[in-house]
Amino acid sequence: MKKIEAIIRSSRYEEVKKALHDIDIDFFTWWDVTGQGNDTKHKTEIYRGTVRDTSFISRRYLSLVVRDVNLQKTIDCLLKTAYTGEVGDGKIFVSEIVQSYRIRTGESGDESLFNKD
Amino acid sequence: MSKKLLIILSGVFLTLCIVVGGDAFALKSLDPSGATTGLTVDVSAATAGSPTATEITDQIGKNKVSINMMWVLITGFLVMFMQAGFAMVESGLTRAKNAAHTMSMNMMIYPIGMLAFFICGFGIMFGGVGPLATLGGYDGLNQEFAISLFGHTFGLFGTKGFFLSGVYDVSVFALFLFQMVFMDTTATIPTGSMAERWKFSAFVVYGFFVGTILYPVYGNWVWGGGWLSQMGNQFGLGNGHVDFAGSSVVHLTGGVLALVGAIIIGPRIGKYNKDGSPNAIPGHNIPMAVIGTFILAFGWFGFNPGSTLAGTDLRMSIVAVNTMIASATGAIGAMLYMWWFKTKKPDPTMMINGLLAGLVAITAPCAFVTVQAAALIGLIAGVLVIEAAFFIEKVLKIDDPVGAIAVHGVNGAWGCIALGLFADGTYGAGLNGVAGPVTGLFYGNPGQLYAELIGISANIIYIGALGWVVFKLIDIVIGNRVKPEDELDGLDIPEMGVEGYCGIRLDKNSETPLSK
Repeated sequence: MKKIEAIIRSSRYEEVKKALHDIDIDFFTWWDVTGQGNDTKHKTEIYRGTVRDTSFISRRYLSLVVRDVNLQKTIDCLLKTAYTGEVGDGKIFVSEIVQSYRIRTGESGDESLFNKD
Repeated sequence: MSKKLLIILSGVFLTLCIVVGGDAFALKSLDPSGATTGLTVDVSAATAGSPTATEITDQIGKNKVSINMMWVLITGFLVMFMQAGFAMVESGLTRAKNAAHTMSMNMMIYPIGMLAFFICGFGIMFGGVGPLATLGGYDGLNQEFAISLFGHTFGLFGTKGFFLSGVYDVSVFALFLFQMVFMDTTATIPTGSMAERWKFSAFVVYGFFVGTILYPVYGNWVWGGGWLSQMGNQFGLGNGHVDFAGSSVVHLTGGVLALVGAIIIGPRIGKYNKDGSPNAIPGHNIPMAVIGTFILAFGWFGFNPGSTLAGTDLRMSIVAVNTMIASATGAIGAMLYMWWFKTKKPDPTMMINGLLAGLVAITAPCAFVTVQAAALIGLIAGVLVIEAAFFIEKVLKIDDPVGAIAVHGVNGAWGCIALGLFADGTYGAGLNGVAGPVTGLFYGNPGQLYAELIGISANIIYIGALGWVVFKLIDIVIGNRVKPEDELDGLDIPEMGVEGYCGIRLDKNSETPLSK
């Protein structure tokens, strides 16, 4: 099992979600994050005449845990739909998951990630 | 089924009979257009329909006083609503973690100030004002403590009407309500400059002081028949220090208190770096601040026109339009100044300040200037407020989260100066015991400007000094400022026990810039 963490543009989220559903990846967690990037490193705004640092950027963070068999198609899907070509499209990180469980039934391993219907 | 129907129908028929039949026995016929309602029979008379000449003139006098009193009360209600405006502006321009505390200060200043004014503020301010001409002529407010110097009388404060005792008269009560809401406007100004680090207990004590002695004594000097108003009478300076609706009595007082308080309480943690450069601490709710500004602008229609104290003084239409125009040019002036000259973007918080500055600046001269002058006064106020805010923040290094000192203090003074310059002599004859109308420097009377300058100086000296003493005393006895941990965590829980935005996750410390 692999964990895929993708930091994508908030504006691409709806397309990504639809595309992931199309390839039967239906379960993941997401939250809005603030971060730093290279492109806006020196951005500032002025509030009542005083300069303030607004170099932070807003992105959406997706966390998916998938079976090894689905890993490559998920990554290809993400790379394709979260792409815009502008600097700041985001990153995808893949890490190894040691074990997973479904709380309702107590199943573990691949069964806990697999939807039997 | 038909029995039920029968009962219902007979009930409807019975009701119709009563309704129509009732009218058949009415003494007056139906009057949908209003043309025959309000006739001689309504004039209060011993025999209805045949009033004597005295009864007719009595009714006329009663109607006149009634119009005046209704005007005073209704405009007073409008000014009371400005408390909501101040609450929203101040809370919108400060951080979310302090919202409950900021709102509570603005909410509680209303009752605390009112109580203080009721206890002795009104008596000090109006105990010796003389006959209330527009409200029925009650002349019992006739006790003024005055000193005699060089053959001239200097009225200092009134000594009648404490706890509103001994003045149980309808005219006095109308005046009390109207003047009390003006005092509350002054009282709530320092809560803006001292927000986000003021201990609630210290604020409550301040509230009592502002309503009992800080505001009323200076108010007596200008509006209560005291020495500033008599400078025309006694020293030939125009009509004395004139202030139609309170640029100096209300706003300059509030601004000076805000300044003194902000100096004593010190800047917020993270506002200034070690080298003295300021950091921006943005407000958390611009929509609320803008709505608050509109509430204030609406309430100002009670503030300025209401100060005629007479619904039969038709100058009120000019007062209202002058007020409105000045608010517009103030906002536009601030917008263009920021946009074209200062930061290249029209900052909404500065546009808010500009609109309010225009209103503050026109508050003194609104009854005495042409509408063109009003527009110019507002425009200058819009630019002045921005320059003043920058000066106070960057040069004087005083932290004023909402710009209260720049809006109320600086423009309160400008409003009085503007009166001394632009008053055009078409109104105000007899004001403060001087026969001529109020005329300014540009219309040939420099005396008025001198009187205004003396009035402004007296305000800054008296309010500044006494305000300093009050704040210092509070600081020594209970301390003005909250603990640093409380300030960083947000005052809502430590001071008020209740979060302003419970359930909303706030990243509290990220809103406080680290001082470099």
